[in-house]
Amino acid sequence: MEGHVTPVKTYVAIWATLTVLTAVTAAVSLLELGPWNIVVALAIAFTKATLVVMFFMHLKWSNPLTKLFFVAGLLWLIILFALTLADYQSRGWLPRGKWW
Amino acid sequence: MADTTAEVLQHGQAHGPELLHHFETPEQQKESATLGMWTFLLTEIMFFGGLFIAYTVYRGMYYDAFASTSKYMNLVLGGINTAVLIGSSLTMALAVRAGQLGLRKAVIWLLIATMLLGAVFLGIKGVEYHEKWVEHLVPGFNWHYEDARYAHYAQILLFLYFVMTGMHAIHMIVGEGLLLYLVIGSVRGRFTGLWYTPIDMIGLYWHFVDIVWIFLFPLLYLIGHTH
Amino acid sequence: MSTALESPRAQARINYLNVDHGWKSWLFTTDHKRIAVLYLISITAFFFVGGFFALLMRLELMTPRSDLVQADTYNKLFTMHGIIMVFFFLIPSIPATLGNFLIPIMVGARDLAFPRINLLSWYIYIVGGLFALGAIAAGGVDTGWAFYAPFSTTYSNTYVLAAGIGIFISGFSSILTGLNFIVTIHKMRAPGMTWRRLPLFVWSHYATSLIQVLGTPVVAITLLLVVAERVAHVGVFDPAVGGDPILFQHMFWFYSHPAVYIMILPGMGVISEVVCCFSRKRVFGYDFVAMASLAIAVIGFLVWGHHMFVTGQSLYAGLVFSVLSMLVAVPSAIKVFNWTATMYKGSVSFDTPMLYAFGFIGLFTIGGLTGLYLATTAIDVHLTDTYFVVAHFHYVMVGGMVMAYLGGIHFWWPKMFGRLYSEGWSKFSAIIVFVGFNLTFFPQFILGSQGMPRRYAAYPDEFQVLNVMSTAGASVLGVGYLMPMIYLVWSLKKGKPAPANPWGAVGLEWMIPSPPPTYNFEETPVVTWEAYQYHDPEAVEVEVG
Repeated sequence: MEGHVTPVKTYVAIWATLTVLTAVTAAVSLLELGPWNIVVALAIAFTKATLVVMFFMHLKWSNPLTKLFFVAGLLWLIILFALTLADYQSRGWLPRGKWW
Repeated sequence: MADTTAEVLQHGQAHGPELLHHFETPEQQKESATLGMWTFLLTEIMFFGGLFIAYTVYRGMYYDAFASTSKYMNLVLGGINTAVLIGSSLTMALAVRAGQLGLRKAVIWLLIATMLLGAVFLGIKGVEYHEKWVEHLVPGFNWHYEDARYAHYAQILLFLYFVMTGMHAIHMIVGEGLLLYLVIGSVRGRFTGLWYTPIDMIGLYWHFVDIVWIFLFPLLYLIGHTH
Repeated sequence: MSTALESPRAQARINYLNVDHGWKSWLFTTDHKRIAVLYLISITAFFFVGGFFALLMRLELMTPRSDLVQADTYNKLFTMHGIIMVFFFLIPSIPATLGNFLIPIMVGARDLAFPRINLLSWYIYIVGGLFALGAIAAGGVDTGWAFYAPFSTTYSNTYVLAAGIGIFISGFSSILTGLNFIVTIHKMRAPGMTWRRLPLFVWSHYATSLIQVLGTPVVAITLLLVVAERVAHVGVFDPAVGGDPILFQHMFWFYSHPAVYIMILPGMGVISEVVCCFSRKRVFGYDFVAMASLAIAVIGFLVWGHHMFVTGQSLYAGLVFSVLSMLVAVPSAIKVFNWTATMYKGSVSFDTPMLYAFGFIGLFTIGGLTGLYLATTAIDVHLTDTYFVVAHFHYVMVGGMVMAYLGGIHFWWPKMFGRLYSEGWSKFSAIIVFVGFNLTFFPQFILGSQGMPRRYAAYPDEFQVLNVMSTAGASVLGVGYLMPMIYLVWSLKKGKPAPANPWGAVGLEWMIPSPPPTYNFEETPVVTWEAYQYHDPEAVEVEVG
């Protein structure tokens, strides 16, 4: 029934990439990059996750509805983060008298 | 449940016993299963998402305390576990592929390999938890933090550590059970190249659990090593 | 009205109710209609449990002093009333009963996509309910239904654990129902049943299901964290270790605000069906009503901070949430306008379901508008935690949602059980409910704006008159709710057998027998007509085979 059969080569290549990225992220964490440490770590994590989703979970070859659902899930996570952090980020901002 | 009216219904084509009678075609059944599993994974994204927002908020508030815990996080074991889980995703993906091609023996061995790697992960996790216990880093049950400046805030991180990795481990254990169900089913010849949906669906679940760990690893193990 | 699908068999035909007998055929059923009936019974039971707590509260509030119960007990009363009503009545109500029963039929399918998961969701609901009832029996919970930390996590010495676990478990029931509906609506529609031919009841349940799937998991993990904190005596919401109780509120309300849309959207779906049928007219602005359902679901996720204006959230976040809350009123208003426009130049009749629909439209509008007052930060500072808030949400939940639920039960009762009920008694009850409701809750708007706080067993003497009025109204309302229990149950044995289409409505469910057979349709229908084809009902023909 499934239209697309992924070659073993592809899966192994993805696996190898994921393993290398794991080593990279562990190694980079030992370097002093200040605020960039977390940025790099998350960028690598997102890359790894994307590879798993697209290839291992074959979203790349799935129908548009499935892709839409996945994107919706990410969007909702973003809503949770954005509006909650909006509170925490703005807690220290006192209103200035100039406005009124 | 009476099936009398089921016989009256027409099915346009021949089908195996796997086609459940409320579906019109095997394609509809497969597509429904796939959409259903992705919808379930959406709920899991939001479930773990709640833990991640808690982590993010407190990391923002108490970065130094969080960084001070880094020497207690076993980077080597965590790294090995990450590699183990990624390997298990490979074997799982190959198992689904074997299912697609109707290669029964390959399916069985690949599923067993996945289970073994999962078990290794859980074993290493057990070792880490034991380490934490020995080092008095279990909030509420066995807590003593050396650095008095951060003793309070570090409890929040360690609490989150246990809830996040614990929740993840519970999902892994459930996954092991599901894999066992697949192995038994494969041995009994339930799956064919025409119908291997449960392997596919449980595969999606397993990969998702891997993705959660892909994010847990940097956030819990890779902070503050440069301090 | 086409009867092409109605089999010309005698009245003693086989239907989903009589096809099998014995408790096993019910407790192990996978028929969505039987599961709907199982839910109907359980939800009704929980409604009366929750109502019982309300009764005790209103009795206490007849006098200014805390004389019937002490404050500690009163705290438990309003907590248990809230928990039972929100989690075990309102959230499942229409989706689990009417949704379960009707959605497969309305899309032209034999069952939901996952019948066994449907049964599982009922069992999960019952287990969760047993935990909650266990918490009550053991002595109750006093944290308020919102379980605010650190009281719930650290200081309350009531059965928070049991209640929290019960709600956590029942959340999975909600998730599974939503998941089932989403897949069913996407994948199980009959040939010709395009999205734009779906009844609006289905659209509103689709929107509801999106909320259930995306929101419930967050409250699940939040409750889990509360449970973990109670067990460990330390946790992420504990101020003693630097935890922020406001974070609990963010995580809790991220679900609990959209939850109120889980409660109201199915009710709006019922109203769309009822208004069209009893105006003999197609809905005005189908696309707008359908899109408004989705808009409510989406925007509903962006407004949760309006529950936290005064608890410690930043002023700027408060302003953002305030503006977004104004926005969510727009799609609701669109629906109200469209229902009204549907009735304009329609042929309106005043059957019982329509009486409930009228009640809904008026009371939901009042409730919704008062929500806008509360969304205005400057006003909310004064009205928050007063009876104004209590009145607001009871207007939308009870004046809106419960009336829609009753209207839906009365509309589809003949279909579900094959019996007609007494028109006289049902109309009388509807009026009693309307009068009782307003008598109960309108005074609470006044009390709130005059400053009476919510969740207090004692209050200043000058508030007594309105409180007595409210309690009197509550007893009238209670009678209004009991009456359908009597005449509806009576109709099961003694009511006249119902035809397939007692109301002359348009829709797939009205083209199959009352009660329907187990597999709904003898042949898979092929749909060629639009959703509310009241202007040309003869064209509503189904091709057989």
